[in-house]
Amino acid sequence: MKMDILMIEDEPNIAEAVRFLLSREGWQVGLHADGAGAIEAIRAATPRLVILDLMLPHRSGTQILDDLRAEGDAALAATPVLMLTARGQSAEAGARADEVLAKPFDNDELRQTVRRMLP
Amino acid sequence: MTGRSANVLTGTRIRERRLALSRRQAEVARSIGISAAYLNLIEHNRRPVGPDLIARLAAELEVPADELAEGREEIRIAALREAAAHPVAVGTSPELDQVTEYLARYPGWSALLIAHARRAGGLERQLVDLSDRMTQDPYLLTTLHEILSAVTAVRSTAAILVEEGEISPEWRRRFHQNLHQDSQRLSLTAQALVAHLDSFEAEGQAATPQEEVEAWLAEAGADGPDPSTLASDAAQAMAAVLLDGLQADRAALPDAVLAGAVADAGRPVDPLRLAGLLDRPLDLVLRRLADLRPPGFEGAGLLACDGSGVLTLRRAAQGFALPRPGDSCALWPLYHALAVPQVALSRTVVTPEGRGFATLSYAQRRQPRGLDGPLLTDALMLLMPLDGPAPADALPIGPACRICPRLDCPARREASILMPQAGPGGRA
Repeated sequence: MKMDILMIEDEPNIAEAVRFLLSREGWQVGLHADGAGAIEAIRAATPRLVILDLMLPHRSGTQILDDLRAEGDAALAATPVLMLTARGQSAEAGARADEVLAKPFDNDELRQTVRRMLP
Repeated sequence: MTGRSANVLTGTRIRERRLALSRRQAEVARSIGISAAYLNLIEHNRRPVGPDLIARLAAELEVPADELAEGREEIRIAALREAAAHPVAVGTSPELDQVTEYLARYPGWSALLIAHARRAGGLERQLVDLSDRMTQDPYLLTTLHEILSAVTAVRSTAAILVEEGEISPEWRRRFHQNLHQDSQRLSLTAQALVAHLDSFEAEGQAATPQEEVEAWLAEAGADGPDPSTLASDAAQAMAAVLLDGLQADRAALPDAVLAGAVADAGRPVDPLRLAGLLDRPLDLVLRRLADLRPPGFEGAGLLACDGSGVLTLRRAAQGFALPRPGDSCALWPLYHALAVPQVALSRTVVTPEGRGFATLSYAQRRQPRGLDGPLLTDALMLLMPLDGPAPADALPIGPACRICPRLDCPARREASILMPQAGPGGRA
């Protein structure tokens, strides 16, 4: 079964809360906790949506997004990306990701954004 | 400025002061033992005024001698013009052509205006420095990121517990645990942040003298403006010593000689072999490579410490975030070199952000006061940013324990604010 959402987030408690919320909506959610190996994890999972934290160890969210958009597989390269940022970083990230959500976010806002991106 | 032009101002000032007291020229001249015609020439700036005559005139005109002395007025006029040139003066049209008269007629008000303008300028500079620090201080950025992450986790988790209806006991227990953990982290991080912000106020300036010199050096380079442009006396003295050292190094190993040797050397350039080819000491070559940054050493930085481990020079390599002065990581190869003087240590390191740096460290011992003097040790570490990811065998280092996320580090000497459970000795 194809994974619906792959979340790349190094904060385990944020990742756990988000996975709980989105799993309750019926989506299958995978986690990867480091910037290193993130693109390999996306390739392996081929998710319908990537939730990507901007500030990750070893490789930033914007670098991973660039890696993804440069993938040879056109379908994989076009995977929708929801970027999680600090409020001040939203403008830069917003120009590159499909959607941006500023931390701290409201759970309903997160669900609605994902629902919009993942009908 | 010539003596004549200086006296132009002094003469005008004497005249203004006499008129302000409604004294006749002849009367004042007689009192101080000169002719009225000579005083007239002085007041019209056609004769120089010596210090003795200034003193007599000052006493007669009931004004401190230095109020009439040469040079003082020029400084004050320049200060008044500077105040008039400030953006806040736009639209106020100060009468610049009458600045001399204003200064002569109202020395007290002039001094007050100058004092206010200087204070405002100092506060503006401090504000800019603080603003820069708020946006660039790696400690502050890391701490704020930690707070934001903890707040995000708390908000989502708390909302799940309150709003999501039925939750299994296992999940409920995990979420409660997470809340407890994040609240502890928030508490510690907030305390650390308050202490850090308090230090801004306690310092009374935007940075320590060392940080001030480092920023000046990074921005202007050793060919930049005179160190007297630095704000604090301590920073000026520190910069002057640093510049003397750089100039001595440049004389001992000129740019052209070093650049030529680097161009002729194979790639990657081995600084130890380079020192041998140049017949120069390795420490000199390392300092000069960080100073000149020739091809192959773009973005290079240099750290120096004395035998106690205190950093005496910090020139940041590109992408290498320096901790606050006084902080460092015990795993930096710089400190390994102290234990093996006269041996060049090459080691690739990786920062917590995953950035790799090639390092070359070298310590040496000196006896500057001869056999009876103390034995001194100091060390240098040249850092060169690597292209691409760090190799797997790179030595993991950090900036300083308090802001280092490597919780299992065997060299940890104090807890990291990034995780409350981290303790000394890697007890995570």
